[in-house]
Amino acid sequence: MFLRKIATVVALTTLASSAWAGCGISEGRVSIVGNEFPAIQTIGAGAMECAGDGVTVETNLTADHQKINLPGMTGNPAEFTSAIVANSSIVALMNNDVIRPLNDLVEKHGQGLQKSQLVTIDGNIMGIAFMANAQHLTYRSDVLKDLGIAVPSTYEEMLAAAKKIANYNLMQYPLGGAYAAGWNLAEEFVNMYIGHGGEFFKPGTAEIAVNNQHGIDALNMMKALSEYMNPDFLTHDSNATSAEWKAGNVALMNMWGSRIGALRGDEVDAAVVAATATAGPMTVGGGTTAASTLWWDGFTIAKNISDADAEATFIALMHAIRPEMLNETTSPQAVWLIDGYVPTPAAAGVFAAAAMGTKPYPMLPYAGLMHSAAGVEIVDFMQGKETAEQALAGLEAAYTTAATEKGYL
Amino acid sequence: MKHKTFFWFFLPTALAMFLFIALPLTSIVSQSLHTPHDQVLVVVESCDPFGCKSETTIDHEASKQIKEEEPKGKWVGFQIYTDRNHLAFKEVGELWENKTNFFDFVSSLNNLPFYKAMGFTLTYVIVVTPLVILFGLIIALAVNSLHRHLKGLMVFFSLLPMIVTPLVGSLILFWMIDSRGIIGSGLQELFADPNLSLKASTGLTWITLIVYGVWHSAPFAFIVFYAGLQTVPQETIEAAMIDGATRFQQTIHVIVPHLSPLVAFVALIQLMDNFRVFEPIVGFSASAHATSLSWIIWNDIGQEIRLMSSAATTSVLTIIGVIILLMPVLIRTWREFNPEK
Repeated sequence: MFLRKIATVVALTTLASSAWAGCGISEGRVSIVGNEFPAIQTIGAGAMECAGDGVTVETNLTADHQKINLPGMTGNPAEFTSAIVANSSIVALMNNDVIRPLNDLVEKHGQGLQKSQLVTIDGNIMGIAFMANAQHLTYRSDVLKDLGIAVPSTYEEMLAAAKKIANYNLMQYPLGGAYAAGWNLAEEFVNMYIGHGGEFFKPGTAEIAVNNQHGIDALNMMKALSEYMNPDFLTHDSNATSAEWKAGNVALMNMWGSRIGALRGDEVDAAVVAATATAGPMTVGGGTTAASTLWWDGFTIAKNISDADAEATFIALMHAIRPEMLNETTSPQAVWLIDGYVPTPAAAGVFAAAAMGTKPYPMLPYAGLMHSAAGVEIVDFMQGKETAEQALAGLEAAYTTAATEKGYL
Repeated sequence: MKHKTFFWFFLPTALAMFLFIALPLTSIVSQSLHTPHDQVLVVVESCDPFGCKSETTIDHEASKQIKEEEPKGKWVGFQIYTDRNHLAFKEVGELWENKTNFFDFVSSLNNLPFYKAMGFTLTYVIVVTPLVILFGLIIALAVNSLHRHLKGLMVFFSLLPMIVTPLVGSLILFWMIDSRGIIGSGLQELFADPNLSLKASTGLTWITLIVYGVWHSAPFAFIVFYAGLQTVPQETIEAAMIDGATRFQQTIHVIVPHLSPLVAFVALIQLMDNFRVFEPIVGFSASAHATSLSWIIWNDIGQEIRLMSSAATTSVLTIIGVIILLMPVLIRTWREFNPEK
């Protein structure tokens, strides 16, 4: 009985795949590298449907994608024919000139695309965006209601709410945050600095300029928030912060839109799931700019591959993001930029972020160097070992050294 | 052995050493003396789902010619070695000029990544190496005195910490010592301090990493010493017993001297391994409190920023560090094999 079931499933899958085989592709090699979360998994599975006679489709979806995509696209021919990237990680691929302009492919096969999906640099289409993401407020509606706290719209209100929750001994550490030393902590600094109205670089140059009042205010706010977080906050990335939320230990946090769906998972206590609510990103320090950044995820095509493979890859990925792929399972996974997408409740925070005019993460060739230096240099400040000025001076010095080495200064 | 025979015996090893050690080393040294060329930047119109704006990007056409002329990059000599993210000569000089006292100077070095990493690395090496040797010896003596039926089982269990991959081992412990994990909450009970967290303070993180290092490496020392114990001459032990030596005196005066070449061997390997401490820092997410040279290399090339020259420089500095650290042991070994004529 069981065996027969398996046989049926296998037969159906084969039928399905042979039915799709082609997707209009007759031959070619498709090899996709990308991050690993539900929405990207869906895209990978969609492209896999195009495998068939003469067409091989492979996907390598891993959280370590940024470590392997550039080496895997540098060779000639490149191992990966496509990398799924975000607005920060496309920069590394463009800096090293390993992805190709897609203008001709878009003209030939991109009829279903909306203009806003095209990531264009100097007239060259370098990537096709398919989803948007942002960090925004996530809160426990039951806790806020019990204490009569309004949903915070600023970080100052978030602090006051945290103080009240802690005073009532409802939770020991009411705030959550992905403050793990390294990329996560630096991302929170980027959010907070933008929220204070800061500019990272002197206009038109790669010279860093964060050692100012905006930087000091941003760091002090992060420190103040961390007083209400689990003392291990410097080891908590988005996964660990989500786990704290699921365990019901946290009432307020700034979290990625793409992770909200998972907070309502089956393993989570029903009371926590019912009370998990989202709102737009918060502002800070009396500013009007949201202390958050907008992100897109999209695909790129390698430069060092044959035109036939590039075309096959493009068609397979276009198949993966066709409007018909949207259904009950896939729609809540992300804020899709695909035509015909109807927002689900999980998307509310990201839409609010876009409506507030949240700034996109800077796509500068040297932004990654600043981000990386921040992840190392502001750690001592967060532990109270140095002042905000010292931390920012350290960040500027570390960045300047790295940018000089890379030839930006 | 005749020189000719020796040559043919040694040739495959020499060839492998040349291919897999000397050549990569040359490449690393060369990389550390070059940096990428100055980038030609242009401001262009860039559009994405969130709108259009002017954005700076790299002009690949303009950069191409410079790259083709000098594919290795720009020669910078020792600039990377002395810059702020490595030996930081200028910054260290300034700190020395402005110091109020010596301790103040040493603690201010902590702001420079290289010296911060060295601070933890050297503490780790100095504490872990002797403890590994001590615990290895104690475990070896204990297992060796067991009944022969139990020995095999105990050898297996004693080796387990070493068999577990360092990254996996440290990740398992990372969750156990979490303030909500079994060891973490146990410690909170034990010390009656509900806010105790091993991950939140630098001192406790260092202790955690050191305890982990000893736990992971002691089995290596144990198995080497255990093998050595099988070769202790029974006559000497019996002679010592007749002289009225206690168990402790036998250990100190007969067994330990017999094992001393092995102690030198374990010390050599452990100094080298501990200087390159890396996995536990990643596994315990401890980079906020403790970094090492290996961690700096990983941080430089593990992300999208790819600071190759910086990573190469830190690699060369690591090799120099290992050589300095091993010098006493190497000199001793050389003297033993080349007695004064």
